[in-house]
Amino acid sequence: MSAPVTFTWAGFREGFSLVLPVLPSFAPFGLVVGVLSAGEGLSLLEAGLMSAMVFAGTSQLVALGAWGNPVPVLAVALAVFIINIRMAPMSAALSPWFHGLRGWRLWASLFTVTDHSFALSVAEMRKGKRDAALLLGLGVPTWVCWISCVCLGHALAGVVTLRPGHPLLFAGLATMCALLVTLWRGRGDLLPWGVAGAVALAVQAVGLGAPWPVLAGALAGSAAGAARDLRRI
Amino acid sequence: MSLRWDVLLAILAMALATYAARAGGYAVLRAWRPPRFVEAMLVHLPGCIFVAFILPSLAAGGVGHMVAAAVAMGMMALTRMTTLSLLAGVAVLWVMTG
Repeated sequence: MSAPVTFTWAGFREGFSLVLPVLPSFAPFGLVVGVLSAGEGLSLLEAGLMSAMVFAGTSQLVALGAWGNPVPVLAVALAVFIINIRMAPMSAALSPWFHGLRGWRLWASLFTVTDHSFALSVAEMRKGKRDAALLLGLGVPTWVCWISCVCLGHALAGVVTLRPGHPLLFAGLATMCALLVTLWRGRGDLLPWGVAGAVALAVQAVGLGAPWPVLAGALAGSAAGAARDLRRI
Repeated sequence: MSLRWDVLLAILAMALATYAARAGGYAVLRAWRPPRFVEAMLVHLPGCIFVAFILPSLAAGGVGHMVAAAVAMGMMALTRMTTLSLLAGVAVLWVMTG
């Protein structure tokens, strides 16, 4: 794990080819965000700008649900922060790569962290890959695809209707399930994953909404795993 | 192609909040050398985040979502093909919910 971190075109291209099979899963979600943006009165420029700058689907969906005229800026920003705080532990887990980056490479790579790019890059990191350009290789196509899908949805608003709960919208969650399989390392994951799932479900059952189930579950699960690992040493 | 000021302000605030959340975890680790327990936690964090994110959504979605998720995971375990797996999951949910 102590080999120096590199940043090469080869790494970028590798990320690119890793993310291509995942891109179709963004389409339904992006279309919905685009349709909703149009419904809330956003122009195509505004919808595209939001997707380019925020680049976090679930939080955009939640923000649009709280939209108004004038826009409640603070409430919307706070909601977005609460939804996206789950990404803080992701950048922490990727820190071995980030530690090797400086300047624009670091800032740009941090910007492209998403649920999917995180799962794909952690799997590569565990294989011993040290080329951090992989993150941008994953992130840039995702970013372009996301903006395109949202803009397409905005343009198609009124023509297509994807009602909430439509099976196509399951694509995002289905992709996460598939990527979870790639994070499985063996029976040692049973305890942390089990605790994470149980705590997340319990917190949700108590009535707490996002981000509490994912934050509490992730922290409890990884603490359980850490406690076991340190006792073994 | 209009751009309203309050919308632009909201977008900027959302972007700032999101970037702070994204970079926050790394920024903390850069400024502070974590104790061994936290380092051991980081090893387990990736899988745990996903499990804790996916399970409540599936539970809220009901039996159809759980079966569809199981199919997507099974397909991924067998084939390692992401597109095929997500399509299988969506197809199963579509059939089950009509």
